[in-house]
Amino acid sequence: MSELRFDRVSVRYGTHRAGLTAVDDVSLVVPSGSVVGLVGESGSGKSTLARAAIGLAPISEGAITLDGVDVRSFRRRRPLQMVFQDPFSSLDPRMTIGESIAEALPRDIRGAAARRAEVTRLLDLVSLDADRAQSLPAALSGGQRQRIALARALAARPEVVIADEITSALDVSVQGSVLNLVRELRGELDLTMLFISHNLSVVRYLSDHIAVMYLGRIVEFGPTEQVLADPQHPYTRDLLQAAPTRHGNLLAVDPLAPVDVEPADPHAPPSGCRFHPRCPIGPAARPDRQICVIAEPPLPSGTAGAACHFAGTHADAALGTVPTSQSIPLVSATTTTRSPLSADTVN
Amino acid sequence: MSARTAWSGIVRSPLGITALALMLLVTLGAIFAPIIWGAQAEQVNPAAITQGPSAEHLLGTDTLGRDVLARVLVATRLSVVLAVIAVIIGVVAGTLLGTAPSVLPRWLGRPIVGFVNIAVAFPGLLLALFFAVIFGVGSTGAVLAIGFAMAPQFARLTQTLSAAIAGRDFISAAQVAGVSRVRILIRHILPNIGEPLIVNATVAAGSALLAFAGLSFLGLGVQVPEYDWGRLLGEGLNRIYLNPAAALGPAVAVVIAGLAFNLLGETAAAALGGRSARRRHRLPAIALSAASTPGASTPGATQPAQVDGEEVVLLVDDLRVSFLTPSGWVTPVRGVSFTVSRGEAIGVVGESGSGKSLTALAAARLIERPGHVAAARLDFCGTPLMTTSDRAVRSLLGTSLAMVFQDPMTSFNPTRRIGSQLAEASSEHQDITRKQAMDRAIERLQSVRVPAAARRARQYPHEFSGGMRQRAMIAMGLMNHPRLIIADEPTTALDVTVQRQVLQLLAGVRRDTDAAILLISHDIAVVAQTCDRVLVMYAGRIVEDLPAVTLHTEARHPYTRALLEVVPELDADRTEPLKMIPGRPPAPGAFPVGCAFAARCPLATELCRERDPELVADAEGHRVACWHPVSGDAPVPVTIATTADETAADETAADETAAEEEETVLR
Repeated sequence: MSELRFDRVSVRYGTHRAGLTAVDDVSLVVPSGSVVGLVGESGSGKSTLARAAIGLAPISEGAITLDGVDVRSFRRRRPLQMVFQDPFSSLDPRMTIGESIAEALPRDIRGAAARRAEVTRLLDLVSLDADRAQSLPAALSGGQRQRIALARALAARPEVVIADEITSALDVSVQGSVLNLVRELRGELDLTMLFISHNLSVVRYLSDHIAVMYLGRIVEFGPTEQVLADPQHPYTRDLLQAAPTRHGNLLAVDPLAPVDVEPADPHAPPSGCRFHPRCPIGPAARPDRQICVIAEPPLPSGTAGAACHFAGTHADAALGTVPTSQSIPLVSATTTTRSPLSADTVN
Repeated sequence: MSARTAWSGIVRSPLGITALALMLLVTLGAIFAPIIWGAQAEQVNPAAITQGPSAEHLLGTDTLGRDVLARVLVATRLSVVLAVIAVIIGVVAGTLLGTAPSVLPRWLGRPIVGFVNIAVAFPGLLLALFFAVIFGVGSTGAVLAIGFAMAPQFARLTQTLSAAIAGRDFISAAQVAGVSRVRILIRHILPNIGEPLIVNATVAAGSALLAFAGLSFLGLGVQVPEYDWGRLLGEGLNRIYLNPAAALGPAVAVVIAGLAFNLLGETAAAALGGRSARRRHRLPAIALSAASTPGASTPGATQPAQVDGEEVVLLVDDLRVSFLTPSGWVTPVRGVSFTVSRGEAIGVVGESGSGKSLTALAAARLIERPGHVAAARLDFCGTPLMTTSDRAVRSLLGTSLAMVFQDPMTSFNPTRRIGSQLAEASSEHQDITRKQAMDRAIERLQSVRVPAAARRARQYPHEFSGGMRQRAMIAMGLMNHPRLIIADEPTTALDVTVQRQVLQLLAGVRRDTDAAILLISHDIAVVAQTCDRVLVMYAGRIVEDLPAVTLHTEARHPYTRALLEVVPELDADRTEPLKMIPGRPPAPGAFPVGCAFAARCPLATELCRERDPELVADAEGHRVACWHPVSGDAPVPVTIATTADETAADETAADETAAEEEETVLR
């Protein structure tokens, strides 16, 4: 068992007045042996959430636990490991590949020979030759460096691996090799993973569940295929539409979407539902939907759901056929209850 | 291109030779002078006191009749050794002070930082005098005084350097791996700041030498019967009107030794900083276009881009871009030809290092020395850019060409308001008042749909979000009446939803102003949906040029096919491994003889490895450079490589990725 649980986690930077709440009251569960994909635009707080889990960002409120143990209590042994975005900066240019990996090995592997053997095993695991241990990172391509970074993360025998945008610094032609490797390793080692990316196609390929983040909050969560096939939150739909794909049309303009709204300022997030200024089914398009401005929609508990007052209603549905605000229980901002996401029931 | 080649290049430069020769002279003097002339320097001769220069005593004698030249030579050892010891004290103390805050707990680290900040504010010599008084007069006191006076400066340097390193991901990775703070300092931070520290220490040795000469001259340094150059200088100066040589001798010695240390530091800095030696390299033939090398058969030159009279906005024929690297000239763009017609949107795709950005920069005449651009023709709106005067080109490009870069944060001046930067773009090239220019700036911001344009025009770039900044950048291009907008990865730093907005905006601008667009992107899906024509670049050449609508059906080059295949789709089969192109593109310095893609191509034959295919157009203007082009409806022969294949192919790859190569080249 190695279940990573975020329980109402907030991460704040700066002082109260000039502060920034990068992650706001996020609850998320990464069940043992599964991969949860976290998508969202840059600045949505997904990387901050990951950094909070490994102790690189301060947890202001809430708790992150691994099998019930608070991650802040880990000192020497680090059962949570992370693979960073930029393989050109995540490896020390002065240390050989072997040294970098060996550094992360647990202390109980003693003796130079044993440690060397372990490095060889790890290199083999990520399909690299053992003699690569002697080379410096400069001699390797981006894709190879990312494999090394993965091997280093695995060297610490982690229970959970966090992958933060691990392919976004790579060319699309080599991206596949890293993703294939992650997928193979997952099958081989039964990894528990939090896989972060802004690319829905990439997340979809590896994840069992998808969580969508917007401005520090999770707005939708559910099994991958369900979220992508039938997105409930208008933001998720927007992301899907904007993804450049073979069959999509980037230049097609959604007639109902509010045009050219300023991206929200994370220092002063909008009231109520944070997505409402941009929402194609919100008050900008439907003036009667003032509830979005007043009340923050709760994220329903259970295995899937969207934090939206009008979840599941589509912009293209004719006016009048969508449920009106009367059918939605009016929730005021003060009484909004949020329940932690739990996905463990599906496993 | 290892550090060793850089070193040998630097060392062979005039600066390096001088530095090494002087250093050798000083070192030999320090070692051997006391052995050879030690006795002579101590020999008191009452018969020859305070003599002027003579054949026997080249610099004359001192008040006890000792030979001044011998004393100057012998003093080398003490002077240099004292300076070096002082520097070692300074560097060690400084490094300890500078790195302590990163190891110690915060409450202890903060006061140290504060202390260093205060100490740095004091002039070094003042601090040295202060310490000299505390530690007492004499060599030991002077060494300690100068050493400690240097410490704050090294502490600050160490702090700054380690702060830059501490922000890198590999430090975070080490922390996450549970590596202790002391170990991070020793294994990760110190090795990465060692080079600049050593360079600075070498230069500091020169200053220490001068400081010693100063202290001894003032009588605070070396005491009788010991003597160093400062002391000799002091003695000589008393009699400067009687025997100037006695003062000039030690002065020259101080200058030579100081120069030796400083030049050595400079040389080391040049070698470590990768600055190339001032050696003349001849441009290789590949860097020159067919026009400048008559008779040379070069692909592209034989296929001049079709010329369409006035409708052509940009005509590029056989464009080559070269850069001088420490290992010689590399030519990342070699023979690119294409045309952009009025109102046309052309997309350029390729992996990093394919030369797509350099092509665009060269077309905008933005490649500066030491980069070298050659082209058979490079016409913008009918004006040949290669032959027209710089001034005329600047004015033409300033009014008719707009550039949009990947990171708009770096394209705006962070200290000036957006509105005035926009206004400047038009008042530079047009005869309008500032008020008119400002009005136009606001109007243009409105036209790119920046909300509350009048208010936003008074804001600074950092107050804009990424997407809004990119809009402002496009608005800046629209301040004049651009015929061509070159957008270099304009949406790479943006999210998909904002990317869509910016792409829609560019499409709208094109529709409204009839400006042509050259869109450079690594994302073939983006280009396919927003452009009329797609140029696929690989290893500095165009390998295919075809209409965007037929990209998915008619692509004939195996590379284009492969690029299309590797894009993960939202409806791809999740149980299958993702497709990928094995290997990696060749580095610009190491292009193979034949087709550059041959090593990664499933269709490659002997012919491909021997001869580079030319870009040949068919009847519809679809150009492809391939010996074995795939026919329209043939099954796609893309390798679905497993991870093992990539590794195997990588074994042959050059020691640096193409992307890095391009990066260094651009610097």
